[in-house]
Amino acid sequence: MFEEPQPIKFKYFTPGVIILCLIAINGLAFIAARIIFGIGSVTNLNNLYPWGLWIGVDVAAGVALAAGGFTSAALGHVMHKEQFHAIVRPALLTAMLGYTFVAMAVAVDIGRYYYIWHPLVMWNPNSALFEVGICVMIYLTVLYIEFMPILTEKLNGKIKFNGLLHYLNEPLNKLVNFLDKILSKAMFVFIIAGVVLSTLHQSSLGTLMVIAGNKMHPLWQTPVLPLMFLISAISVGFPMVIFESMLASRSLGIKPEMEVLSKLGRFVGPILGIYLAFKLGDMFIRETFRYLAHFNIESVMFIFEMVFGVIVPLIMFLMDRVLKSPLKLFIGSCLVIFGVLLNRINNFIIAYHPPYSKEAYIPSFGEFSVTIGCIAMLVLLYRLAVRYLPVINLHQHPMKVVIDE
Amino acid sequence: MKEISRRSFLTSIGAAATGSLAISANQALSQPTNILSEDRRGVLVDTSNCVGCRSCEWACKNAHGIDAGDIESYKDRSVFNNMRRPGIDSYTVVNEFSNEKNPLLPIDVKVQCMHCDKPACVSACIVGAINKHEDGSVVWDTDKCIGCRYCMVACQFQIPVFEFEKAIQPEIRKCDFCYERFKKGKLPACVEICPLEALTYGPRNELIKLARQKIKRNPEKYINYIYGEKEVGGTSWLYLASRDFQSIGLPKLNNKPAPGVSESIQHGIFAYFVPPVALYSWLGAMMWITKRKEEVKQEKEIDYV
Repeated sequence: MFEEPQPIKFKYFTPGVIILCLIAINGLAFIAARIIFGIGSVTNLNNLYPWGLWIGVDVAAGVALAAGGFTSAALGHVMHKEQFHAIVRPALLTAMLGYTFVAMAVAVDIGRYYYIWHPLVMWNPNSALFEVGICVMIYLTVLYIEFMPILTEKLNGKIKFNGLLHYLNEPLNKLVNFLDKILSKAMFVFIIAGVVLSTLHQSSLGTLMVIAGNKMHPLWQTPVLPLMFLISAISVGFPMVIFESMLASRSLGIKPEMEVLSKLGRFVGPILGIYLAFKLGDMFIRETFRYLAHFNIESVMFIFEMVFGVIVPLIMFLMDRVLKSPLKLFIGSCLVIFGVLLNRINNFIIAYHPPYSKEAYIPSFGEFSVTIGCIAMLVLLYRLAVRYLPVINLHQHPMKVVIDE
Repeated sequence: MKEISRRSFLTSIGAAATGSLAISANQALSQPTNILSEDRRGVLVDTSNCVGCRSCEWACKNAHGIDAGDIESYKDRSVFNNMRRPGIDSYTVVNEFSNEKNPLLPIDVKVQCMHCDKPACVSACIVGAINKHEDGSVVWDTDKCIGCRYCMVACQFQIPVFEFEKAIQPEIRKCDFCYERFKKGKLPACVEICPLEALTYGPRNELIKLARQKIKRNPEKYINYIYGEKEVGGTSWLYLASRDFQSIGLPKLNNKPAPGVSESIQHGIFAYFVPPVALYSWLGAMMWITKRKEEVKQEKEIDYV
């Protein structure tokens, strides 16, 4: 019934892609400026607001939105739900690219990017950031290993260099063949490790702001922040897979795999329900609902996040007709993604109130440029990967080639 | 007079403690140190005695190799028009607050790192680049720091600052309690230069006793509270004032150590690696069982065919 994933042929440069390239170049220019002239030259960060858009969105939201990788690996490989195998590779590709950009964002944000390896040898187990750093580094390695079969599948027995390098052909082919065999046997070790590492650092990202104590608004500051971060990351995993799959189908001119996607959508409602229950429970135990009575940026953002990011999509994902309609399913997924993105922005930027602050932090044009540029680069690399590597599964649907030359 | 002799007594104890502590204080561990000695040092800031001469600012800069300029220029009182915070070239600053009770005697408050007993920055630092030494000082280590600025997020007093404008080797900067001078048996630069009775240096325990006596002797002069005795688990620097501390620029904080909650969460998740290993085993078992089921199902299907 299922066909194997295969590279998809399509025209790479469309007008949209050219715009993405320009956005990416703009982002790279600001990254270069940051490296040459320092963080202060590009960002609006200061001694009161040491963390901003890059940590809140590129790192925290980036990690959360790459959760599709471990949730679909858990479903497809650990639970052995065979019907979901089609989504595992695209989700893995996004997770791999996503985490690569998270690592890049961290390198851009820290003052001494050339010391990024320090946590490997200088340990502070008390630090939540240390845990996040180590886990993300290991998980990134695991993701690369999980991705390797896609490369070996493509290259196996097909390495043909001409000229001087042709002596390398045989040993390289043997190596790829060997990797291909050993990886398929040992992969389960890495798949489980990936799920464990993800639960660890997704929750530790929530622990990060706990130490800020009173500096964080009580609507978000809670000792159960790690749990909130973990559940919300799990809740956004499948919506992210649905979102990407539909965008990719649209952009590559293939039919969305509604059968798989609506089954995937069925998991989202209950997880969002659990998340909402924890959110409300936490609110009533700590009696933070009284802060909602004040009309200010925090209460508005909190209500916005809860209503449009959790409650509305929760209702949507519980309805059968939403799960069956591509458009409604897409909108529901977008809302969950929006909710988690907003939650991370709220936690790291809106809720953070340092003492002695006179004016609020607003990200600079350079900060936005880098963030948006990274997203553009991610999309460009994704397109490149599905074009040359066996990632997307085209089962049942005859391939439609985009012809707009 | 009595107080002055008391001060010099405490100072001499402080200097004596200097020698004995300095030997064991500097250890290069990959984990941050947080050892608290019973005789750890402290400074009692009596804001009612400070006149805002700002010599401490000048001495601090000199002690840390920052261009301090002419000491005469520090007599300019117009700087008090704005509330200032410690910065990359000033590890301590004095702010002035108007006094409604006696407008001729404004309240001057020196600000610097409080050197917490349970410092949030030490707990937060990803690489353990900030250490709490046995003598009480909280000191930053340039060889480890990666510039992530998590210490600035964690600090409840908003003290560490960062060189945002520097592209290579930007530093985290803050008061280091004159750790280098301490190792040589010298007083902190600000304490040494203070011409009045505003800064009293000595073992923290003794300073708390002294502060209590001061309050008892002059209940009209001081409010009955020692700021820093209990705040975030206690700080090395302690403050006395004639009115509540929030009105003179010190944040209201609770008595629990700032890193308490995050560290217990952190160690709960990792308790001897039991939770991660348990999760790994459980997932492994699930994987094996579901795979087995799938195989049995497939075998049956083949049988039917």
